[in-house]
Amino acid sequence: MEPSTTKTSITSVLELRGIRKSFNIGKASETEILHGIDLSLMEGEFCAVVGPSGSGKSTLLNTVGLLDRPTSGSLKICGQETSLLTDQGLTGLRGRKIGFVFQYHYLLSAFTAIENVMIPMFADAVFTNASMRERAAFLLESVGLTPWMNSPAAHLSGGQQQRVAIARALAMNPALILADEPTGNLDTKSADGVFDLLQHVCAEQGTTFLFVTHNLLLSSRCKRTIEVIDGQLSKN
Amino acid sequence: MNISPWLPFEWVVASKFLKEGAIQTTFIISGISIGVAVIVFMSALLTGMQENFVNRVLTGQPHIQLLVHKEVVRPLYSELGVIESPTLQMPLQRFKSIDQWQSVALEVARIPEVSVVSPALSGSALLARGEASRSVSVIGMVPELYFKIIPLPDKIVIGRALITSDSILIGVDLATDLGVGVGDKLQISTGNGSVNTLNVMGIFDLGNKGVNSRNVFIAFRTAQSMFGLIGGASVLDLTLHDVYTAETVARQIETQTGLEADSWIKTNEQFFTAVKAQTTANTAIRLFVALSVGFGIASVLVVSVVQRSREIGILRAMGITRGQVLRVFLLQGGLLGFAGALVGSGLGGSALLLWQKYQRNADGTVMFALTFDTQLLVQTLVLTTLTGLIAAFVPALRAARLDPVVAIRG
Repeated sequence: MEPSTTKTSITSVLELRGIRKSFNIGKASETEILHGIDLSLMEGEFCAVVGPSGSGKSTLLNTVGLLDRPTSGSLKICGQETSLLTDQGLTGLRGRKIGFVFQYHYLLSAFTAIENVMIPMFADAVFTNASMRERAAFLLESVGLTPWMNSPAAHLSGGQQQRVAIARALAMNPALILADEPTGNLDTKSADGVFDLLQHVCAEQGTTFLFVTHNLLLSSRCKRTIEVIDGQLSKN
Repeated sequence: MNISPWLPFEWVVASKFLKEGAIQTTFIISGISIGVAVIVFMSALLTGMQENFVNRVLTGQPHIQLLVHKEVVRPLYSELGVIESPTLQMPLQRFKSIDQWQSVALEVARIPEVSVVSPALSGSALLARGEASRSVSVIGMVPELYFKIIPLPDKIVIGRALITSDSILIGVDLATDLGVGVGDKLQISTGNGSVNTLNVMGIFDLGNKGVNSRNVFIAFRTAQSMFGLIGGASVLDLTLHDVYTAETVARQIETQTGLEADSWIKTNEQFFTAVKAQTTANTAIRLFVALSVGFGIASVLVVSVVQRSREIGILRAMGITRGQVLRVFLLQGGLLGFAGALVGSGLGGSALLLWQKYQRNADGTVMFALTFDTQLLVQTLVLTTLTGLIAAFVPALRAARLDPVVAIRG
């Protein structure tokens, strides 16, 4: 069973207007990390985010991923304004519309590859156990891991684990996937494989990608690149 | 290893987390089991001991005795309300019957807690054989009723518990003192000058030297004629369905009948205080064991939350709600408690069986009967699981409140 999505009627997947993010608000150590970011991503865009360490890339990703609330500004995901949503509302929207791929795979080591892919679907009542399993198997097949479907996550190689993490990110057929240096821990061959896979998913499924990387070779292969310097977009 | 199709997500994650930390889980379940085993073993042992003591105490006495109030001298007041004579002489206590004892017995028998009512007539007498004599406490009773209260036939060591108008049952120590056996005759004389000759029909052993050398049992009607109290009964002996309600029922009967009601709890106050102290000690042990079990579970889960913070963060990022994370850790606490209680109950039960097998009286008989109380086992399971859930609450709350960004960053 495919999760419900309104992708066909929405062209703007992500819209940021004047996003600011500060930490330690009201204290002497208050620091503003993001200084009014404006950014729009359309359906099917593959956008790389580059910039030096500490420039605010991860904070931007966490804010876009609804893991952190912005201090001010407007953030819309698939046309839905998020500033007024409760914690539960944000969790629900995140679960349905956003997928994450991190530098480290963060798979649950107690679970098999297929069970890890099934986890996001547990939060959605739409799925039955059989449909979850069917979709997880399909996703693992699409990342070339069918033979390792029932292997414990801990027994897979780094590249395979990252592929499972990508399959997990795709589990809810999200409109937006946020990838925070997903190839950072991989050798060149595996990194290329993972990058190709992400681009393939983007092209095939029309999923929007926001892809943080330090790898200039990979960023040069993206259709769009934005650069974050000192909490601002310097190149878009 | 597959996700069960019928188990909710929280159950699956909780059980997998526990399974993954197998060593940690084994250690904490072992700790809980030992605690639960101590509770099961101690509780069964103390309950068995108490029942044994109570049975021993109640072997030779009724649960409640109804007596006529002692006579008192009332002071004489003048018209002005002043006592006329400040010196009061204590009156002699006359030997008298309970007024209308038959109707009182019927009234008392109707109380739901009362199981048997038996009239008796007791007084002092001198028992003599040849030159040997002993003062004794004579209890005249109706065997059909009295034997339901004091199981004398079970206590007969020589002869039989046959009560006729000229028979007497005496204790083993009195028989030795007087040098008599079954079939011998004894002369019994009371304070009012009555002298009778009775046949020793049986010799009993109630397990108490004082009772064995002082108490003798004769027929109710024989006692009535010996003490000159024809048709009277000086005492009504009662047994109850629940021995521990004796004091409450005694107070109720006192109010209802106006008679003095002495419960076994009142007449054995020191013993009962000891029983209560033992119960309190047992409760305290249970409480402290439960606390240590609770803290053990909590500490393991706190460590688990720290160890799994990244996994929790990633679960939250994938849309798993705070409530689901909370339930995952609560369930872990509950499962640890339940598993520990299950193993602990088995251990406690085995320890009881071993205790019963190896701890014997000198003659090889069981020291005292131990009962495997199903209710205690169910209570232990429920309470330990609840303790696990409660102990897991703080770590679970901590896990649910984890900021996903901070958790993933580690």
